[in-house]
Amino acid sequence: MAYTADTLRLLDASGSLVEDDRTSEFLPLIEALSDEQLRDFHRQMVVIRRFDVEAGNLQRQGQLALWIPSVGQEGAQVGSAYAARPQDHIFPAYREHVVARIRGVDPMRIIELLRGLSHGGWDPAQHGNFHLYTLVIGSQTLHATGLAMGLQLTGATATGDPERDAAVVVYFGDGASSQGDVSEALVFAASYQTPQVFFLQNNHWAISVPVQRQSRTPLFQRPSGFGIPGIQIDGNDVLASYAVTKANLDAARAGAGPRFIEALTYRIGAHTSSDDPTKYRDEQDLEFWLANDPIARFEAYLRSRGEGDAFFAEVAQEGEDLAADVRKRTLELGVPPASDMFSHVYSEPHPLMDAQAAWLEAYEAGFQEGR
Amino acid sequence: MTVESLSMAKAINLGLRQAMLDDPSVLLMGEDIGPLGGVFRVTEGLHAEFGAQRVLDTPLAESGIIGTAIGLAMSGLRPVCEIQFDGFIYPGFDQITSQLAKLTARHGGAMTFPVVIRVPYGGHIGAIEHHQESPEAYFAHTAGLRSVTPATPHDAYWMIQEAIASDDPMMFFEPKSRYWPKGDVDDSASGIPLHASRIVREGTEVTLIGYGPMVNVLLAAADIAAQEGTSAEVIDLRSLSPIDYGPVLASVRKTGRLVVAQEAPGFVSIGSEIAATVTEQAFYSLEAPVLRVAGFDTPFPPAKLETAYLPDADRVLEAVDRAMAY
Repeated sequence: MAYTADTLRLLDASGSLVEDDRTSEFLPLIEALSDEQLRDFHRQMVVIRRFDVEAGNLQRQGQLALWIPSVGQEGAQVGSAYAARPQDHIFPAYREHVVARIRGVDPMRIIELLRGLSHGGWDPAQHGNFHLYTLVIGSQTLHATGLAMGLQLTGATATGDPERDAAVVVYFGDGASSQGDVSEALVFAASYQTPQVFFLQNNHWAISVPVQRQSRTPLFQRPSGFGIPGIQIDGNDVLASYAVTKANLDAARAGAGPRFIEALTYRIGAHTSSDDPTKYRDEQDLEFWLANDPIARFEAYLRSRGEGDAFFAEVAQEGEDLAADVRKRTLELGVPPASDMFSHVYSEPHPLMDAQAAWLEAYEAGFQEGR
Repeated sequence: MTVESLSMAKAINLGLRQAMLDDPSVLLMGEDIGPLGGVFRVTEGLHAEFGAQRVLDTPLAESGIIGTAIGLAMSGLRPVCEIQFDGFIYPGFDQITSQLAKLTARHGGAMTFPVVIRVPYGGHIGAIEHHQESPEAYFAHTAGLRSVTPATPHDAYWMIQEAIASDDPMMFFEPKSRYWPKGDVDDSASGIPLHASRIVREGTEVTLIGYGPMVNVLLAAADIAAQEGTSAEVIDLRSLSPIDYGPVLASVRKTGRLVVAQEAPGFVSIGSEIAATVTEQAFYSLEAPVLRVAGFDTPFPPAKLETAYLPDADRVLEAVDRAMAY
């Protein structure tokens, strides 16, 4: 349970750039990044981890029904998120909190979802084309493929204009790789040569079941059977995640067809707040992955480039500020009116919705009259 | 106004064609619907006319068809999916019931999902297992979906176009046994809204309600009942979700008796739902309990037994006799 000879990394565990034949294709993409962009990578990873801890605390204090931690996976998520262009569409699974934030979704929308106040509810068109979380494992891969087919059919991709051509990124996990929908999505994507990147975060666990139960072969090899190129990267290397996703998205956007990235990472926390990983997990594995932490590694890289304490203190404070703000706003949240249940089941009038909404209103009014 | 005698298969074909001419965002997708024109030839000629960009022969994967249709709808297109046979819809069940049906609500109404799922359904075609089933209750039960089913070529021509024009997900059940008999299609006007039920034969002593393949059976039963001295009113439900209860309740209040007929098993079915609602809303008008005539609560049997399984006019008349005996 570790990296393999196939794993592409641009930054080693000590935070030094890896310069060899394999990385030479991708390093220019890193060299093109500004200092400010590199700082943003770090900022997003640190801030979302602090948010994640705060949300976990809120769950333990009874303020959230559930929390889904993303600790440990920040490198895979931040790098791939920054690789996408504004016109691209992003289909998350349900653990991509930082991708949501980077695409313009207020983290409170995730809080509301896990407090039991909504099923999502944001309009992707107003939030960086970041689509809703999908809790049925793997179902979103087909939506992503369909949308990518739509980009082709509507002339929104492969026109040769990188400022306009769109592509799709879909996130899923090692558990999802066993779902039939993921295989069907790979079939459709290959058949129609869709502009999309399948981004598999292999965090090694589907709740309590290890990745070895999902696949006897490395997951990045699976798409080759569908005719889709696959690559395995170090998912705890934010630079590898950025550069490889960007190169694959650019290819997909230019009409080269779908691509598949397996990002090796690790779920440092539990599956959700309802889980207890001490019942099934080997602590030695955890230690290995803690030693490969994406944030510590990237901090070492930035310090080697001359970034000083002031920046890291500023980022830490930003995390504290967001955590405090999220806590405050969570405690202020109300409950939507029950009539909201009926509002958007259909987009056009429906007699059953009208009748039941009217009945509920009359029923509740009966209590208010003190009967 | 042009009135033409057409089979239902041809009427749906022309309805699809008109919808594609009217709206360039409409596309068809499914298994074998391209050059072959579908196993029932409902899409015959459309691939040649509109091309592979608008008539997509898909891989053989029902969940993939529905799941990608959802994404296509997100890109602003209006996919019309063909499920090849009723019994093949279940691999797509999650994408229909947990995804497509819920996505408008999940988005707080910010996105709509105008996806039509065409499902040839029902028996009387002597086919092998999984090719003669009536799965409509699963989908009528699911909030967020609309379900309709035509009984005549005229309705089929109009209802498919109206289904495609709706912004809500739509299950469009096509009665296979009615694909080939011809009927008049007036292409100037539908004459009735998509979700309205319709009295197709007036009567005074008992109301017979059915939909899709059963409407013709009810008309035959009403003919025989008339010869035997009983006046039966026949209602074609047309829409299974929502159900248009106006004509249903008015008829029951007039006749005092109701028989509901369907090919689908009776347990937890459209017929059960109508019986419950009519009992709730027209209790004092009823002279007899609402009676259901349905397929048995068994798997659809081998084809040589289908006439024993499927309700026919005699089974309907047996229920009419029971109702009249109260």
